[in-house]
Amino acid sequence: MSNAYTAYAIFLGPLVLVLGIAFAAAFERRRAGAAAEPNFFARNGAPVATFLILAVGVWVLMMIVLPQFYMIDFSFHPKLPLAQRGGPNDIHTLVNYRYFLFGSPDDTSHWNTTHLHAFWITILASVIITIVNFAICYPLAYYLAQVARPKIVTRLMLLLVVPYWINEILRAFAFRVLFGTGGVINGMLIGLNLIREPIDFIGADVALYAGLTYAYVLIMMFPLYNAIESLDRNQVEAARDLGAPWWRIHAEIVMPHAKPGIATGATLVFMLCAGALAAPLVLGGPKTLWFTPIVYDRFFEAFNWPQGAAYALILLVACMAFVLIVMRVFKVTFSEIAR
Amino acid sequence: MSAALVYRTMLGFYLLLFFGFLFGPLAVMGVTAFNTPAYPQAWPFEAFTLDWFWKLFADESLMIGLENSFIIGLLVVAVSVPLGLAGAIVMTQVYARVRGLYYLLVVSPVLTPGVIIGISTVIFWKDVTAWTGAKSLFTGFFLTTLGQSTFISSYCMLIFLSRLQRYDRAQEEAALDLGASRTQVFLHILLPFLRPAVFSAAVIAFLSSFENYNTTTFAILADKTLTTVLAGRVRAGMTPSISALAVLIILVTASGALIYEIARAKERRAAAPA
Repeated sequence: MSNAYTAYAIFLGPLVLVLGIAFAAAFERRRAGAAAEPNFFARNGAPVATFLILAVGVWVLMMIVLPQFYMIDFSFHPKLPLAQRGGPNDIHTLVNYRYFLFGSPDDTSHWNTTHLHAFWITILASVIITIVNFAICYPLAYYLAQVARPKIVTRLMLLLVVPYWINEILRAFAFRVLFGTGGVINGMLIGLNLIREPIDFIGADVALYAGLTYAYVLIMMFPLYNAIESLDRNQVEAARDLGAPWWRIHAEIVMPHAKPGIATGATLVFMLCAGALAAPLVLGGPKTLWFTPIVYDRFFEAFNWPQGAAYALILLVACMAFVLIVMRVFKVTFSEIAR
Repeated sequence: MSAALVYRTMLGFYLLLFFGFLFGPLAVMGVTAFNTPAYPQAWPFEAFTLDWFWKLFADESLMIGLENSFIIGLLVVAVSVPLGLAGAIVMTQVYARVRGLYYLLVVSPVLTPGVIIGISTVIFWKDVTAWTGAKSLFTGFFLTTLGQSTFISSYCMLIFLSRLQRYDRAQEEAALDLGASRTQVFLHILLPFLRPAVFSAAVIAFLSSFENYNTTTFAILADKTLTTVLAGRVRAGMTPSISALAVLIILVTASGALIYEIARAKERRAAAPA
């Protein structure tokens, strides 16, 4: 990528896009004929219309689309000193992805087991934590949404909101206090004469998995509650009157109705888990494998930014794949998930 | 024992477990803040002390981080509330055929891991500022504000969208018939209608910015915020000072969240037909 070429792309691209949208809009209006809405400027007035276009333009292009595209492009470049960028060595290459797979820029004889293993563990653990969180939250979400009296709901909701806003790092720290070798749990177990030597919960990753489950439990709770709340109570009553056992009421009425909420919660919990940085840094032992800290190290230990970008992209693709799988399995649309 | 009693006992037990899980770790950490041993220890409780709190106020980089977090939080509110508002209004007007794609675009930051937003923001703006000669813009404050606003604007937009669903356009037409200009309609009808949503969006934006770590740790460059200082401290070693800080943060966020929720509950009660 030459600098000038990319600079043009960055500043002309948005212009072309805006003009394109304007043309498409004019075309749509002509097709719709007399029934069409007044055009955007007439409908909002020039000052407001200008504000809307500028704000959405900056947000969508300069903050969402272009940085992502730029990161993708960047990840296909070799690591070069600043002086050589845009020069003859600045070519598109797969070297960063080859490193992820084989642990070396050119030797492909053995796999990069450390990174691949960490990636696999991260995905697997995130899926399991998502499922566990669903199991923990579902009864309470159902109770709050369908059974409890409004006054109790308000109070319990307040209790839920407070821990929701406590920093991820502090939650991880709390778990370190609990699970450390000199921590509360070991102290209790020794005090009760159940064990003699403290158990290394942190080295065994027990603390990490517990901490991650804890950190995102409320992220699952709120979408689940909202979805179950919109279910008409009469449906549950009717099923019960017809003699359905409790598990069939849940499996065949409540859960199908709550599908969009389950999908939202699952997507968010998975994404936050797989992208978690604070919890693995604080609760990870010396041998802990988690993918996000590896991405972090590409930048701040290895100082290899293009490789870091490639690793970030791999993580992003994994998260996108998860969203698509959830959409497939639950048969929901994207707009039902992201609400 | 009747079936109803069994059910109630089980429910109570489950609620106890759930809220114990939620608050237990925080309570244990809270106790360590007031205990004398230098390694955070809740039990045995040796003696009551407030020393860990005084140590905190003497910690200069923590105080700088706190100040920076505060400034960035305000900047993020100033950027993401207008962006979210514009995004929501455009959503209600955009052509049906483009709406799906537009929705996908503006909501995607919510589903993107924070580290990736931080990384792409830094990589993109490093080169943009270099080529345009605006190198002085390449600062931790600028990048962190932009990076955080990328997804916080989406939160704000979702808040505005849910309020806009109840917007009655007949009011707009009435004002236009009475001779108001389009800008006047926006300023005197739409904005006042959206005021509760503006308040909610501002609170959510500030809190989200204040507690963010994943995006910030990349975008902040050489500067520091409360969360990045905190992460460094926690990794360096365990001290009850961190528990003390946690106690303070929990007190502040808890009272903030309580005030916000009570205000919202009041508003909901006022809005509901009696």
